[in-house]
Amino acid sequence: MLLRHTPKEVMEREALTINPAKTCQPIGAMYAALGVHKCLPHSHGSQGCCAYHRSALTRHYKEPVMAATSSFTEGASVFGGQANLLQAISNIFQIYDPDVIAAHTTCLSETIGDDLPQIVAKADAEGKIPPGKIVVHASTPSYVGSHVIGFSNMVTSFVKQLAETTGISEEKINIIPGWVEPSDMAEIKRICAEMGIKITLLPDTDGVLNTPQTGKYEMYPTGGTKVRDIIGMGDNQFTIGLGKVASMPAARALDAKCKVPCDTINLPIGLRATDEFIDKLRTVAGVTVPESIQTERGQLLDVMTDMSQYFYGKKVAMFGDPDHLLSLAQFFDDLGMQVKHVVTGTPGKKFEKRMQDILGDKEYNLKSGANADMFLLHQWIKNEPVDLLVGNTYGKYMSRDEDIPLLRVGFPIYDRVGHQYFPTIGYRGALRMLEKILDIFMSRQDRDAKEESFELVM
Amino acid sequence: MDTYAPHTELKILKDREKQIATKGKDSALLDCDRKSLAGSVSQRACVFCGSRVVLYPVSDALHLVHGPIGCAAYTWDIRGSVSTASELNRKSFSTDLREMDVIYGGERKLENVLYELIDKYKPSAAFIYSTCIVGIIGDDVDSVTKKVAQKTGIPVIPVHSEGFKGTKKDGYQAACSALFKLIGTGDTSKINKYSINILGEFNLAGEAWIIKDYYERMGVEVVATITGGSTVEDIKKAHGASLNVVQCSGSMTGLAKMMEEKYGIPYIRVSYFGIEDMSKALYDVAEHFKENNDILKRTGELVASEVKDSYAKIQRYKKDLKGKKAAIYVGGAFKAFSLVKALKYLGMDVSLVGSQTGNKEDYKILNEMTDPGTVIVDDSNPIELSKFMIEKGVDLFIGGVKERPMAYKMGVAFCDHNHERKTPLAGYIGMVNFAEEVHSSVMSPIWQFAKQK
Repeated sequence: MLLRHTPKEVMEREALTINPAKTCQPIGAMYAALGVHKCLPHSHGSQGCCAYHRSALTRHYKEPVMAATSSFTEGASVFGGQANLLQAISNIFQIYDPDVIAAHTTCLSETIGDDLPQIVAKADAEGKIPPGKIVVHASTPSYVGSHVIGFSNMVTSFVKQLAETTGISEEKINIIPGWVEPSDMAEIKRICAEMGIKITLLPDTDGVLNTPQTGKYEMYPTGGTKVRDIIGMGDNQFTIGLGKVASMPAARALDAKCKVPCDTINLPIGLRATDEFIDKLRTVAGVTVPESIQTERGQLLDVMTDMSQYFYGKKVAMFGDPDHLLSLAQFFDDLGMQVKHVVTGTPGKKFEKRMQDILGDKEYNLKSGANADMFLLHQWIKNEPVDLLVGNTYGKYMSRDEDIPLLRVGFPIYDRVGHQYFPTIGYRGALRMLEKILDIFMSRQDRDAKEESFELVM
Repeated sequence: MDTYAPHTELKILKDREKQIATKGKDSALLDCDRKSLAGSVSQRACVFCGSRVVLYPVSDALHLVHGPIGCAAYTWDIRGSVSTASELNRKSFSTDLREMDVIYGGERKLENVLYELIDKYKPSAAFIYSTCIVGIIGDDVDSVTKKVAQKTGIPVIPVHSEGFKGTKKDGYQAACSALFKLIGTGDTSKINKYSINILGEFNLAGEAWIIKDYYERMGVEVVATITGGSTVEDIKKAHGASLNVVQCSGSMTGLAKMMEEKYGIPYIRVSYFGIEDMSKALYDVAEHFKENNDILKRTGELVASEVKDSYAKIQRYKKDLKGKKAAIYVGGAFKAFSLVKALKYLGMDVSLVGSQTGNKEDYKILNEMTDPGTVIVDDSNPIELSKFMIEKGVDLFIGGVKERPMAYKMGVAFCDHNHERKTPLAGYIGMVNFAEEVHSSVMSPIWQFAKQK
């Protein structure tokens, strides 16, 4: 029993996190920056931060993850990290030759008060930024928010610092996808192409963190949003943000800066949220939904009806990031499953309200922010067991101890593959998720059935 | 044979040129032990990381990371360091510092959290890791831990591991200082005269158990394996041993030196990796206790039987691996020495070898033990590594988590010699496993499709 130290009784905890359901801002900023073409993320802090984030992303994607660091020393932390960042900018352009450096802060550089905009301006004034090259910066203190907020902050910085209005509008839609997988970003592009809509997707890690084996190591793979497309976002018709926590700030920033109207909707996971997404695309772009997309929807619905008895009444516990959890809860609830326990380490007042809008007066436990960790979730599960656990790899301890199957969704997933290549968003993604859930439930039924009730046809 | 392209063709940061050498061409003395350049894509980590990996295996201690959530999240159960004891170490505890704590200080939070945790889990000791932010906001962790130790009656030990205060090596030292506070507080009356501690063995995949078994079969008592597979109680009485055997010298030589000074315990440096080094590690201990002839006799028997056994098993892999080229990039240089020897034992050529934290002496040794043309690097980065891999046309890369996907992208076989190893690689059985692992990676049929370009 790996988690034998988890007692059943839920007690008040003062100020302590055990087995966190979140991590810190900078890794989100790094992930977002990887979704820009020829961009090298830069961690302005100690070496460890950068090494940890790269390791975590590498374990999740099984891909090389490149990022540079300011390599803070004791001196830097006393006298400020300006010299380090200036030297870093100059070294990076000289050796690694990216088009963009996306610098983010850490708890260390935030606390000593390094002023990134000022340092970058100085680097520019001193000619350390070669012509045509760009340095984008984001403030991502580790002691505020969570990894999702760091992601959101970096995307917002890109929009704020790069997008421009020329006055000539483009027949294009901006989509801010939120913290989803490269496969999901590819799926968004596929759906839009299918509907005949031109988009700029920011960020776009498809082609960066799901690259093919070519026999060559590419520091800058072919994927990622192009800088000129980010600049052009200011001329586009509309911005659709997917997921309020991860995407709303960037969508609004673009509206404020370039007067591009925007709307932020739920992350399109599951039937209803994907309907909302497709409908939004349809109305914003003024197109009709093609037959092919309607067929995808119909197929999803077909499996939902064919297999409805396997879903109905099943209890679910889930943890992860707020935008994901809301859409997942909606999907599970629509399938007749019972969402029982929900935990997210990302703080946010509106989350609880939104979840209530979805689940109504059904009984469930929910906690977000401080002390909302897997330790608490485990205690809840001990008090009211569930049939399915949904979350990242760290759920496997609970899964094993309580013998509850784990559906891996979210970040990080260190112990399975697939998330890089197969989406969870859209109708196709929902169908894949149903397949996975059914596989889990049916395998379990096969495993546990008595001989006389062991069924061939299910 | 080896065609050598001069590395000056690569784009290498000017200041890094002296951290790369080619055997037979450049000076054997690398300009190492330097801070990484700002802006480099270094594979190195920080002080906290060094402390955390060293202390993490102490399984019945409470490990509390004092800082924002990230530091705890990234080090939650990342080491394949096994234990049958408490496994309390596999939980991730963090004070999860927030903005207000950064403004007003986190001391009170730390103190309260400690009371709560110690009361709930009754750990044998507690390690409190300071992270970057704690060093900046100036929390007096020493006085908090002192107070909590007095009130709770267990050792509550601060680990001064603020990330920016140096490299991973400094983190090892901070961990050694923390361990040193535990050592000397246990009862040593029942410890045998022929006894050792194993320092720098982390019980990855159960390796410490294998090594301990060898020594016990020789008639030598193992008081503590620090830190893999040990409990707080074992570590407390480590000063009762007659000899310290230091493996993974980078992390634990500091502790051995402190113990030598305070308790007069001599130490020897060993490696448990590879047939040659493993045997030497056993014989060196037997030699130390040479007044006891039985030990030497038993050692001879043990080595003879294990060598014979493993030799036979390794032969079947050797013929396939002969002449294949390997690249090594690992954390500590001492590990690199053993790997060079082990690969040579398998008949392979070492084309590239480097470490994150080696010192001048280490690189001199590497220079002596490698063949002409071998590239030797200190604190390298992916671009350098990949370029040398192409130039040398390597068939195998031995490294850690960040190097693996790079090697695979390039169509090069890979062996993890770091935290993510799944089978024991130490001892005689470990060498067999290593040969098997290298063989299964290098000989996989997939490389016919995934060729290097």
